[in-house]
Amino acid sequence: MHKTQTTVIGGGLLGMATAYGLARLGQKVCVLDEGDTAFRASRGNFGLLWVQGKGYGMAPYARWTRQAVALWPELASLLLAETGIDVQLRQSGGFQLCLSEAELAEEVRRLQWLKDELGDYPFEVLRNAQLSQRLPGVGPAVVGACYSPMDGDVNPLKLLRALHQACQLQGVHLLSGDKVMGIEAGDNGFVVTAGEQQVRSEQLVLAAGLGNRELGAHLGHAIPLQPSRGQILVTERVEPFLSHPTSTVRQTDEGTVQLGDSAESVGFDDGTSTAVMADIADRAVRSFPRLGNVRLVRAWGALRVLTPDGFPIYQSLSKAPGAYLLSCHSGVTLAAIHALRLAPWIAGKIALPEVAAFALDRFNFAPEVRHAG
Amino acid sequence: MPADSLFIQLPTDSPCVMIEFEGQPLAVPSGISVAAALLASGIRQTRRTAVSGAPRAPYCMMGVCFECLVEVNGVPNCQACMVTVSDGLKVRRQQGARALNALAEEGAHDGI
Ligand SMILES: Cc1cc2nc3c(=O)[nH]c(=O)nc-3n(C[C@H](O)[C@H](O)[C@H](O)COP(=O)(O)OP(=O)(O)OC[C@H]3O[C@@H](n4cnc5c(N)ncnc54)[C@H](O)[C@@H]3O)c2cc1C
Ligand code: FES
Repeated sequence: MHKTQTTVIGGGLLGMATAYGLARLGQKVCVLDEGDTAFRASRGNFGLLWVQGKGYGMAPYARWTRQAVALWPELASLLLAETGIDVQLRQSGGFQLCLSEAELAEEVRRLQWLKDELGDYPFEVLRNAQLSQRLPGVGPAVVGACYSPMDGDVNPLKLLRALHQACQLQGVHLLSGDKVMGIEAGDNGFVVTAGEQQVRSEQLVLAAGLGNRELGAHLGHAIPLQPSRGQILVTERVEPFLSHPTSTVRQTDEGTVQLGDSAESVGFDDGTSTAVMADIADRAVRSFPRLGNVRLVRAWGALRVLTPDGFPIYQSLSKAPGAYLLSCHSGVTLAAIHALRLAPWIAGKIALPEVAAFALDRFNFAPEVRHAG
Repeated sequence: MPADSLFIQLPTDSPCVMIEFEGQPLAVPSGISVAAALLASGIRQTRRTAVSGAPRAPYCMMGVCFECLVEVNGVPNCQACMVTVSDGLKVRRQQGARALNALAEEGAHDGI
């Protein structure tokens, strides 16, 4: 049996950012990751560090997200120094393009609510004419846009790779390929079983994406998570034409253009569908007509990990002292705060009163269902 | 342009067609792919990558790896292994990422 201080279940962005943060504090950490047959949002996402609009209806989440992007430069430079991998952090601000007056009005309403709650909340509303000067190439179908200097993007696959490499350099033990099927909680901590492997630890972190539903149940907790499918299209490599990310079209550092931002409730089906792909492509071409004859080379579906209100869960589990449940959408945006604040909180090194807003028991009182982008 | 090929052309009854690579005429058997024709003619480099600028040549020959990108009759980023040679076809190396505006007005992808 392998013995360690903390076992993290899940090798996605949330699990690896947390494992990295714990290892930096000197903890002995073991990560168990199921492998390629699991649903893995960290390998299928859009790569945005998105702030504008996040936390509408829940100001603490808006503050948490802003704090997260403020920490991002520190994470990016740590990863670069330790692994040599440049995750292509770009905090240039981002545009939410609106293709109708109604879309624009709704976006402005949400951002205004956030500004009223937070006080300092920079954004600009641009009509098409001004927008064309700031973002050359936008089409006449774009009525306007909201710009926020808080937004940005990274290369999410380089991020995942950098976290894996940094963890290994910090001595994190990574066991991949087996699904955790059993957790025993006893007086001396936890014993986790995955395939032939058994790991004993004092602390346990559940960061298994959609797999947290099943793992929470092992410890007597119902975890309200649902999949929400997003489809993404990727084009051939083209010369740089887009200086800023938008929430639907983003050019990567290597020249491809990602198109996306669909949301469907289709259960655990991570495939693609022609109708949704056609919609995404149509919206992208109306946003940037120059994309009209660019080739698509890949498309995929991936499942978001969504709570009923769309906000994260960070919970020390009452029925299993020493175990933490972590679930979030926007694990790219939040990676820096997970590594540099949430992990120290789990390690007992810092107080983090902010996390009280993300407790599991909020769902006992407010079972409202909405999609939080 | 042609140098010694690493490939041996099997005897074939197919008639030859003439294509151009970087402006040089090449006589190649009909019915084969542009990628096969270029390799058989001894061409070692058919593109430069968009990311590092490294020289590359066709690799998988079955439409998967995108190593064989060339410009065909002015259309950028064509997979040479997926295009059959025909008389008069003009092929150029794909040098890095394609420009976005090049074809904006013509919609020229349809021909391939
Ligand atoms: C289409 C799409 C677009 C997105 N775009 C963005 C974006 O632009 N910006 C942003 O910030 N976020 C975005 N996200 C969200 C982001 O990708 C996720 O929040 C993040 O990847 C979640 O990471 P995770 O580690 O919690 O989950 P996952 O990546 O799902 O990782 C969970 C891991 O747990 C493992 N696992 C599961 N069950 C078990 C088990 N029983 N035993 C062992 N291992 C197990 C799996 O193997 C997996 O590796 C997007 C998501 C999707 C789907
Ligand atoms: S050689 Fe691999 S795609 Fe053409």
